[in-house]
Amino acid sequence: MEFLLASAIGVMTAAGIYLILRKRSFAVVLGTTMLSYAINLFLFSTGRLVVDAPPVLREGAGVYTDPLPQALVLTAIVISFGMTAVTVMIALGAYLAGGDDRVDMPRADRRPPESDERGDA
Amino acid sequence: MSHLLIAPVLLPAVLGAVIILGLRGDLRWQRGLSLLGTAALVGLALWLNLLAADDTIRVYRLGNWAAPFGIVLVLDRLAALLLLLTAVLALAVQLYAVGSGWDRRGWHFHALWQFQLMGICGAFLTGDAFNLFVFFEVLLIASYGLMVHGGGEMRLRAGVQYIAYNLAGSVLFLAALGVLYAVTGTLNMADMAARVAAIPPGDSALLRTGAVLLVLVFAIKAALVPLHFWLPATYANAPGPVAALFAVMTKVGAYGIMRFMTLVFPQDTVVESVVMDLLLPAALFTLALGQIGVLGSRHLGRLAAFAAIGSVGTLMIAVAQQNPQSTAAAVYYLVHSTLAAGALFLVVDLIGARRGDLWLRPRPAMPGNGLVAVLFFATAIAVTGMPPLSGFIGKLLVMQATAETPAVIWVWAVILLGSLVAIYGMTCAGSLLFWKGAEAGSAAPRAPAGQGLSLAAIAALLAGIVALTVFAGPAMRLAHDTALQLHDQSAYLEAVLSGQEGTK
Repeated sequence: MEFLLASAIGVMTAAGIYLILRKRSFAVVLGTTMLSYAINLFLFSTGRLVVDAPPVLREGAGVYTDPLPQALVLTAIVISFGMTAVTVMIALGAYLAGGDDRVDMPRADRRPPESDERGDA
Repeated sequence: MSHLLIAPVLLPAVLGAVIILGLRGDLRWQRGLSLLGTAALVGLALWLNLLAADDTIRVYRLGNWAAPFGIVLVLDRLAALLLLLTAVLALAVQLYAVGSGWDRRGWHFHALWQFQLMGICGAFLTGDAFNLFVFFEVLLIASYGLMVHGGGEMRLRAGVQYIAYNLAGSVLFLAALGVLYAVTGTLNMADMAARVAAIPPGDSALLRTGAVLLVLVFAIKAALVPLHFWLPATYANAPGPVAALFAVMTKVGAYGIMRFMTLVFPQDTVVESVVMDLLLPAALFTLALGQIGVLGSRHLGRLAAFAAIGSVGTLMIAVAQQNPQSTAAAVYYLVHSTLAAGALFLVVDLIGARRGDLWLRPRPAMPGNGLVAVLFFATAIAVTGMPPLSGFIGKLLVMQATAETPAVIWVWAVILLGSLVAIYGMTCAGSLLFWKGAEAGSAAPRAPAGQGLSLAAIAALLAGIVALTVFAGPAMRLAHDTALQLHDQSAYLEAVLSGQEGTK
């Protein structure tokens, strides 16, 4: 159980980091999604792994699982879902306005347009 | 328990919702209501400052739940001061946005503006680590919308970078909170502080990991080198008023570091030495890189962005010292640098509106050249920290606070040489903009109409800087009291954790 969860978190984090370092925005979106999955699992494990135990008080239950990380994961899922939607929308806007989906800034962000450099205004 | 404490969060939240639901198409009403709301926020923040001035720490327990279990909002001097700073900056910048017509160039400017204020106010007030994460997300989501306000290819591309970078930062934030929760078993900042103090030094490996992760997150928000890469493109491409409001967003990161380093990981724990050893070099590199960037920029927006990075560097040098004197200097410099950076971004936007673009190259003189030149000159003096404005006092305070440290030669060298480089950079930019332009020809484009409000907004921010200079004595006493309260960990713990009769 521990090994399964730990390796899942590790593999997903590695894949996520690899993907957000790519230069196309689609891969970056996938990467952030992957990272947020990994972090949700990680948050889940911070309350220690307990199998088959209730999170809230119940008659006759001796072992409980920590309910707080589950609430945190729920919040994190909602936020990361919304964030992903926002990223997709703005990446789409950048693709439609710019004609490609590269994440790095084009040369025009650092240098003034050549035609204007001679001083025609 | 006064319900007033939650008002700075509720007021913008309700206003934002009302504007987006009820006043979608009516810009005049949107402007009026939104400006009224921000003005009310200024009044509210003033009142909270008066409340906080008696040195008691006020706690608001949401839903009246007892402290380590429920979420608390905590009002102390630092939180109140930062609320006031945010509200004043927001009001001035919003006046500029209305005056310059920026709020007309896209949808939902005022609603996003209010949500942004809600996030910032909440982040300053909250006493719960996970709630801090939630307010960070609120302010970030609103800032994504504001960042791409008005659209355009470059702005959207920079927006994608900004969002991707901050999403990674949010994930890191969650990881840090997860680690800290696994070690301490709590997310309430006061409770966490009590438990961190009880952890034996030999058992602190995971705790240190969590602390470093958390400081990394705040360093991303504060744009400390080497985590600053999101800032220049974002600030240079964001609409002018939005970039000016973002001047307070880097300070949210600085606030996070100040709060956690004084409350949860104070000086006597093992965590502190690890983080602080990293923080001072990072601050020095940030300052150096910011000032060199000012000199090297060919774009005025980028120049202002690097000036903002440099000011964060100076601020973090003071924060990294971790004693009441240096924290007082940090608080003073924080107020100054926020106002100065806000004014600089507004002046840059003003220049952009008159010249047509922001590239630093000779162009015909712009209309109203003299007045804009005076404004640019004054903000440049404030930003680079020259006398007679408050940046000079702030820099002196920071240098005085670092005089006792072993690294004093490095700190002073970077601050002084950096100032020189920044002054040279600002001088080059200014002479190119205002003198060479005048020689290049007089075929000036027409001045945009209705600039009175914009100019008044910039003048108001500059007046704030002048007031900070003239009343440096009282301001410094206030900063000193704030720093003393911040370093008194036990008062915060007692206010939050004890005296909880009558709670659920």
